Amino acid sequence: MADLSSEFLGIKSPNPFWLASAPPTDKAYNVNRAFEAGWGGAVWKTLGEDPHVVNVNGPRYAANYGNDRRVIGFNNIELITDRPLDVNLKEMRQIKRDWPDRALVASVMLAMEEKVWARLIPMIEDTGIDAFELNFGCPHGMSERGMGAAVGQVPEYIQMATEWARKYASVPVIVKLTPNVTNILPPARAAKAAGADAVSLINTINSIMRVDYDSLTMYPSTDGMGSHGGYCGPGAKPIALHMIAEIARTPDTADIPISGIGGITDWRDAVDHLALGAHNVQVCTAVMVYGFKIIDDLLDGLSNFLDEKGMTRVSDLVGKAVPSVTDWQYLNLNHIEKASINQHLCISCGRCHVVCEDVSHQAITHSVAGKRHFEVLDEACVGCNLCVSICPVEGCITMQPLTGGVDPRTGKPVSNEKADWTMHPANPLRER
Amino acid sequence: MHADIESGRLNAAEIETNFLDMHPPLERPEALVEADRCYFCFDAPCTRACPTGIDIPGFIQKIRSNNTKGSAQTILSENIMGGMCARVCPTEELCEEVCVRTTLEGQPVQIGLLQRYATDAIINERLQLFQRGTASGKSVAVVGGGPASLSCAHRLSMLGHQVTVFDAAGKPGGLNEYGIAAYKTTHDFAQTEVGYILSIGGIELRSKQALGRDFSLASLREEYDAVFLGFGMGGVNALGMQDEEIEGVVDAVEYIAKLRQAENKADLPVGRRVLVIGGGMTAIDIAVQNKRLGSEEVTIAYRRGPEQMGASQLEQDFARTSGVVTRHWLAPERLLSDGQRVNGVRFEYTRLDENQKLQATGEYRELAADIVFKAIGQNVLWGTLGDTEESLALEAGRIAVNEQRKTSLEDVWAGGDCVAGGQDLTVAAVQDGKLAALDIDRFLRGSQNSLGA
Ligand SMILES: Cc1cc2nc3c(=O)[nH]c(=O)nc-3n(C[C@H](O)[C@H](O)[C@H](O)COP(=O)(O)OP(=O)(O)OC[C@H]3O[C@@H](n4cnc5c(N)ncnc54)[C@H](O)[C@@H]3O)c2cc1C
Ligand SMILES: Cc1cc2nc3c(=O)[nH]c(=O)nc-3n(C[C@H](O)[C@H](O)[C@H](O)COP(=O)(O)O)c2cc1C
Ligand code: SF4
Repeated sequence: MADLSSEFLGIKSPNPFWLASAPPTDKAYNVNRAFEAGWGGAVWKTLGEDPHVVNVNGPRYAANYGNDRRVIGFNNIELITDRPLDVNLKEMRQIKRDWPDRALVASVMLAMEEKVWARLIPMIEDTGIDAFELNFGCPHGMSERGMGAAVGQVPEYIQMATEWARKYASVPVIVKLTPNVTNILPPARAAKAAGADAVSLINTINSIMRVDYDSLTMYPSTDGMGSHGGYCGPGAKPIALHMIAEIARTPDTADIPISGIGGITDWRDAVDHLALGAHNVQVCTAVMVYGFKIIDDLLDGLSNFLDEKGMTRVSDLVGKAVPSVTDWQYLNLNHIEKASINQHLCISCGRCHVVCEDVSHQAITHSVAGKRHFEVLDEACVGCNLCVSICPVEGCITMQPLTGGVDPRTGKPVSNEKADWTMHPANPLRER
Repeated sequence: MHADIESGRLNAAEIETNFLDMHPPLERPEALVEADRCYFCFDAPCTRACPTGIDIPGFIQKIRSNNTKGSAQTILSENIMGGMCARVCPTEELCEEVCVRTTLEGQPVQIGLLQRYATDAIINERLQLFQRGTASGKSVAVVGGGPASLSCAHRLSMLGHQVTVFDAAGKPGGLNEYGIAAYKTTHDFAQTEVGYILSIGGIELRSKQALGRDFSLASLREEYDAVFLGFGMGGVNALGMQDEEIEGVVDAVEYIAKLRQAENKADLPVGRRVLVIGGGMTAIDIAVQNKRLGSEEVTIAYRRGPEQMGASQLEQDFARTSGVVTRHWLAPERLLSDGQRVNGVRFEYTRLDENQKLQATGEYRELAADIVFKAIGQNVLWGTLGDTEESLALEAGRIAVNEQRKTSLEDVWAGGDCVAGGQDLTVAAVQDGKLAALDIDRFLRGSQNSLGA
């Protein structure tokens, strides 16, 4: 059986699954239960300076649903901890004492004044925590006060605050990045330049969930008014994965350890994060939706997967898919694939025909010799993968590479030599 | 031994449980999950299998988006009895049979229940989705108050014609009101639905008015611009045995009509041992309903095998799980009696020969019974219909019609059970009425398109 134990920045935990800084880590009661359930670590709900913040007393959360009311996305306008600092510190100290083998990280969000950091960082570290996580990510509320995403969106501010944290902390410092930027690399570089030990990402994404169809006000609202919140959960995962992969594949940021966050619900999501460059992962929404118990599937699902792959520890998986991520311009334009429908699996719903006909390249029949029949016409198929994406039967339509002969669509011979955009005759800037 | 027939075999509470809704309606969460199972197929096989051609993926998509009104509109605009059809259609042989989910996992989308979900909300609330068309100044006589006639009347009203419905029965609805098994249409739904249909306006209902008794086809043709005939089949086929009129031999459809109209089902006379002769939907219905009224032993005797039965496999299974025993390859030979009442039937065993023809075997068996129900099909009671038979071309004892449901007469259309070549289903009757109305409209407007003209 694969060894799931994890070491991130020298911090040991029995597994790579930490709870992200959020309601599940809001107080000792929850964290205790999480550790009992088997979670490897917890990033405490973000601490701030006293007087502590207050939350709205109307709805803070809202969900995006599939038709079975499965939550596919989640949004919140919650601020950082709304409890006094000393209460949090007391509980954190107790938790670290009771659970010495688990990772305990203090998330902090402080005003942009060095003296605040100088006073609070040592005081928080004194509880025995294993690391700090700097919350430069909250996109709502706190950002209006010049904190959270307001810092995370300006690399200079990230650098300044991270330097303060680094200066007053003796434990590792993780910088939590906001996805509400056009390019994740400058914030990551700023963190690195300031001496951050790692980055974690993503925090939540600016979002409005919907309107209330009766009142035609935004939803959720408090006393008739609403404010944008942070989006997370399964729908946010692809955005997180892209940003993680960017940091992991860019030479000057590739050496920053990453804690992956965003949309992790089952072990496969964790595999995505790890293979694309995260060293460990953090979870929030899935626990808010299903509770701590999901750790069981995360643990044995990942363990079984590693066994199947012949990997003995989590680190064997980390970054495995990073080399496969590149720029569009380097994709092999000579590589040709055609969709192929397995007639034994086909249930004849005809959706592939509908989409290829209405959207793509009119490459799927609806009848052959007067009979309902769905078949790919290689002479029209451009290999776009739309039919594969929407076919309701897993494995029924697959993409098959052409390895020789002539592409019936273009009439040109299939070349096994790689040729990308940089060399393409249609590229005015091509490298000769 | 005297016949063991009595009422009150079960108490009121037991009867009520036995006649509850056979397929209870879906609640909203169930409907959403079920709707999500629909794949929104290309040229959907279910739509093709529906005799009224309802855009099934279309209405299911609207359930999904909580557009129930639009969903009902999609259904009812093709099939104004979409509510009843959702309850009574043998979907396992129609839309659901061809659902691609059946191929995938042997479990079709429950189209019938979804259709009920969408239509119940609208029909029970009487939310009017249709508008009477601008008055055309033309009038149409519709004979019969069943699915064929009401569907025709509704469509004619939408098209602006003035409709008069002549129905021999006391209540409209035809077999919806008098024939369909009680547990398929509970809570007086047949009348609620008729009320909904008539609420469009422009349709005058004249109950207890019988063609052949109160008026003739000739008089209708004289008085109205067009006529639609939807009088169904009033007669029940005879067994063709001696002494068929003997006490204790009962017409199944007649008994079901009594059951449907009974104020208190416990008052109905119920035999201890009941024998049903036949193999169709009516045989199943009379058998199961007798069982649910408290018969101890209910046997269906059918002269061929299970595959040849008119009742679908699902219905046969339903009878079995309801405690009804079905015996195959038994052809009734002779009624047994004590001189006054039937007390059993002597059957001859049958088999299929190499040419798939039914052969007698010369082996016999007797089954004792307190009541014998005849359920071997129905026929048109031409004798009661006055000048109708002689005025129209017939085919196999029913009215001959073309694709547009036009009869051999220039201004007379017909549909439902009384026409030849149909499926003898509610949904087929509705489609007949709709097609006829569309053709009548073309005829009345003098358009070239009236294919029969
Ligand atoms: C017992 C039984 C159970 C059935 N169960 C099902 C089922 O579960 N599902 C299904 O799809 N189908 C079922 N059917 C078949 C279905 O009920 C019929 O196919 C359908 O009702 C035919 O409609 P219709 O309008 O042609 O005739 P009917 O429904 O028979 O209506 C005929 C109408 O004409 C009227 N009428 C008759 N004579 C005259 C006259 N001389 N003058 C004026 N009016 C007259 C009657 O009062 C009645 O209103 C069942 C049939 C029976 C007998
Ligand atoms: C209700 C809620 C409150 C959150 N509060 C915090 C917070 O105080 N500090 C923080 O760094 N991130 C906070 N987050 C962000 C999460 O830690 C996490 O980065 C994000 O939700 C993405 O992960 P997920 O898809 O697993 O939820 C919060 C998220 C939610 C849903
Ligand atoms: S891959 Fe694209 S173009 Fe080819 S058949 Fe599928 S949908 Fe059509």
